[in-house]
Amino acid sequence: MNELPILTIITLLPLVSGIVVAGLGEHRKLARGLALTSSFLSLALVLGLWRSFDGNSGLLQFVEGPHAWIPTLGVQYYLGVDGLGLLMVLLTALVVPMSLLASGRVADRPHVYYGLVLFLQAGLVGTFTALNFFHWFIFWELSLIPAFFLVRLWGGAARAAAATQFFVYTMVGSIAMLLAFLAIFLATSEPGQPGVFDFITLADMARSGTLEQLLPAKLGWIDLTARKLLLVVFGGALLGFAVKVPMMPFHTWLPAAYSEASSPVTMLLTGVMSKMGVYGFVRILLPIFPQHINWMLTPLLWLAVITIVFSACAAFAQRDLKRMLAYSSINHLGYCLLAVFAVAKFTNAPQFATEKAAALNGVFLQMFNHGLTAAALFWFVALIEQRSGGLRGLNDFGGLRKVAPIFCGLMGIALFSSLGLPGLNGFVGEFLIFKGVFPLAPWAAAFSVIGLLVTAIFILTILQRVFNGPLNEKWSKFPDLTLGEIALLIIPIALMFVLGLYPRLVLDVINATAVQMVEQLKF
Amino acid sequence: MNVSYLELLKLAAPETIVVLTALAALVVDLTSTRDLEARFRFIINGMIACAGCVAAIVWMLVMPAHANALEGMFVVDPLTQVVKIALLGLTLFTVLISMDSTFTEHIGEYLALILLAAVGMMFLVSAEDILMIFISLELTSLSLYILAAFNKRDVNSAEAALKYFLFGGMAAAFTLFGLSLLYGLSGATNLGQIAAALEDKGLDPLLIVAMVMIVLGFGFKVAAVPFHLWAPDAYQGAPTPSAAFIASGSKVASFFIFAKVMMIGFTGGETNGVHEIAGSAAWQQFVSGWTPVVAVVAVLSMLLGNLVAIVQSSVKRLIAYSAIAHAGYMLIGVMAHSGEAVASLVYYAVTYGLTTIGAFGVVAVVEARSKDDQLASFAGLSRRAPVVSLCMMIFMLSLAGIPPLAGFFGKFYVFAAALKTGAPNLGLLWLVILAIAMSAVSFYYYLQVLKQIYVADMPAGAEELRVPVLGQVVLGLIAVGVILLGCAPNLLVGVLQASIKAAGL
Repeated sequence: MNELPILTIITLLPLVSGIVVAGLGEHRKLARGLALTSSFLSLALVLGLWRSFDGNSGLLQFVEGPHAWIPTLGVQYYLGVDGLGLLMVLLTALVVPMSLLASGRVADRPHVYYGLVLFLQAGLVGTFTALNFFHWFIFWELSLIPAFFLVRLWGGAARAAAATQFFVYTMVGSIAMLLAFLAIFLATSEPGQPGVFDFITLADMARSGTLEQLLPAKLGWIDLTARKLLLVVFGGALLGFAVKVPMMPFHTWLPAAYSEASSPVTMLLTGVMSKMGVYGFVRILLPIFPQHINWMLTPLLWLAVITIVFSACAAFAQRDLKRMLAYSSINHLGYCLLAVFAVAKFTNAPQFATEKAAALNGVFLQMFNHGLTAAALFWFVALIEQRSGGLRGLNDFGGLRKVAPIFCGLMGIALFSSLGLPGLNGFVGEFLIFKGVFPLAPWAAAFSVIGLLVTAIFILTILQRVFNGPLNEKWSKFPDLTLGEIALLIIPIALMFVLGLYPRLVLDVINATAVQMVEQLKF
Repeated sequence: MNVSYLELLKLAAPETIVVLTALAALVVDLTSTRDLEARFRFIINGMIACAGCVAAIVWMLVMPAHANALEGMFVVDPLTQVVKIALLGLTLFTVLISMDSTFTEHIGEYLALILLAAVGMMFLVSAEDILMIFISLELTSLSLYILAAFNKRDVNSAEAALKYFLFGGMAAAFTLFGLSLLYGLSGATNLGQIAAALEDKGLDPLLIVAMVMIVLGFGFKVAAVPFHLWAPDAYQGAPTPSAAFIASGSKVASFFIFAKVMMIGFTGGETNGVHEIAGSAAWQQFVSGWTPVVAVVAVLSMLLGNLVAIVQSSVKRLIAYSAIAHAGYMLIGVMAHSGEAVASLVYYAVTYGLTTIGAFGVVAVVEARSKDDQLASFAGLSRRAPVVSLCMMIFMLSLAGIPPLAGFFGKFYVFAAALKTGAPNLGLLWLVILAIAMSAVSFYYYLQVLKQIYVADMPAGAEELRVPVLGQVVLGLIAVGVILLGCAPNLLVGVLQASIKAAGL
């Protein structure tokens, strides 16, 4: 194949520019300029990719490889994107420049900061395009290192503990996942032939039932029955993703990390990194372990419901804007989990195929929308912090609407998008998710609606306490958005409207993928 | 027994080249460079030493040989050649990081000893006969004892060397005792013949004594708990390049021969899929033999090494305790005793050695300017010496096992091999889980070092560190090597697997 290896280029571009930026030394302007240039270049490349993507096919496109990488271990260099992968790459390419633009005030070692952000971008793009476990895992872990340092070095007062907690949690999850895949690798290896790490082949094996026979036949662990063994392996993989998303009860690292990290870094964490978890659920767990999700369906569904409802309630109880939004992130991704589990429900009735496809489409849209909206919201919080000298308590403000009407208006739109107001992007994803999940898992869906309600309450509370009510005299000089800021912020806001009113823009690309994924879910 | 000495010389040509180089360095330093400035003497003689190493490597690459001379006294096959090349590479880097040091004026002697130790390691790798193994072990150890004591002006160096020497002497006595029992039991000195003689004897009580003694002796060489006490003192007190060599080259050679002795000599007949003499360390299915012994040593090493490393304030001691922990991981590879496991073990040991030399190189740079190796001396290093700091970050992250660096793949490969060996019931899974949990602990202290370098503020009045260009280039090369071996492990793994197949292990 002599085509341009475009996915490799998109992955390597931020990596190389990251090295250049970090190696430049402390030239703040130059580092920032270069980082922005690189990120816009990536965006342009991804938009080009988006244009030439064939939306009628749910198959992998722009495939590179598989080239042998470490043949003795069955590791291949194998890249490709389908609608989901492309959407996530686009999200990364969108959120990174947003975060870079929001981090204009980095004064301490800017070259390292911008370099790390670009490394993180490379790790994320790599994760969303790799199709071989080993290769994918390298990027999955690689994205953790810059994220750790970004939280650790540029965060708030309690950043050290938050960063360590974040690191340890994700690490434990990753290790569990690594062990699970090692088990699969061993089970699929034949004498003289390495095992299988390739997601596509593994999914095929899972579909044909080979994987299920091989695991208990080749492995065993202190008299475990075949079924239990399979569940242990599945549990290992599940844990890795559940921590990353996060699914309750593995979420305790998140509020600390999101609130202690500086807001531009939080934009990256919530905007893209949290999507890695959901992406893993859809790309890896759903095709390879559908049977196992199905066995555990009831507890998993209820964990998703708990995640949705409790995180919304927890957000309501917070008094710090960043912590509120952090919990609200858990809540929004909870809907994705709910839908993923519901889709795995055992049923071959044809009428459910549409519902499942709708739910999966909803998941993809929700991932993208939440990435966009949450990144925008944390950007607003960053602006509030800049203006207030670091204050961001729910009760520190009041009546800002009077002194900063444009600020209030734009942030209000983002908040309403997060709430799921029809006409804005947040609505479409949630609507499709509930449309799909209701017939599949009515009770779980019904209870999740409580989460929607509580979300509405706490988002309105934010609007009321910060922007409405009597003006807090302390902030009578609170500056409104400058023209430059408006010009930048208007882009994500406009996207919210566009996607809310014309979701086909994205649906055309992802629908075929969702349909194909549902088709392949045969039991 | 007909021995053609010419043939033997041809087989042992790389070793001969290194010995001659050692003598050359000694003579040149004594006769012609005596009056020069120390720095130039180091550069001239160092270049001679490097040239010797390179010549030996080239010889092995150009003239691959496959022979077994004198019934296992000296075995040359693709596998031993790969390991020897790796050893010479490590020696080369050790010489290169010593170039900048000022701890001695006996430069010729210093370099000659390093090369002699390397010769000992090369013979060790080639030996399949217990006599030869013991002699080469001693040649290596004696050279290393002196290297540890080389800083005559420093009391700590002398103390470190004495400790190392006393422990080493005792360990050698144990090894010798074990080997003599083994000879008494089997009537042979060749490992293959010993294995054949022990085939149907089962686990003789006397054999158990011999086995434990031998594990103890090798346990000392690789610094595994409970024979580790010398390591922290020796690493801290010895001149940094000597410590680097003890931690890298010696470890690679010892692990290789440890695995070889255990695999060839101590497997015994097979009953129910379990080698009689090897036994089994599988969870809840322990069968007595040497693997449970090694398992105990490995568990203790991983626990103690990692936990004690946390509280260290001296970077060299920290590396020493982490070395104990790494010995624990590598012992898992020894325990797996399969061809694949040897490949993974050699890969792990070589990449670990390379990384450790790099880390010691950075410590040497810092030490030369701030006179100690305390963690606090590393504060703000990223602003004083960015290139060196970046290298240190790569080394620490590799030791911690972060992908895509060599340390990650090494761990991954060793664990995969161990799981594969216990395959039907994943017997060694408990060890692998413990190892992974402990390597998660190790993040903490490696990050402590990086925290000092990148987060902590520079001490007031500190200025930019002037690092010699050569030093930066060498450290950079090592760092690139660590990244390269991590991203494309097949460079080494492919060669290793092919040569293991060829060697018939």
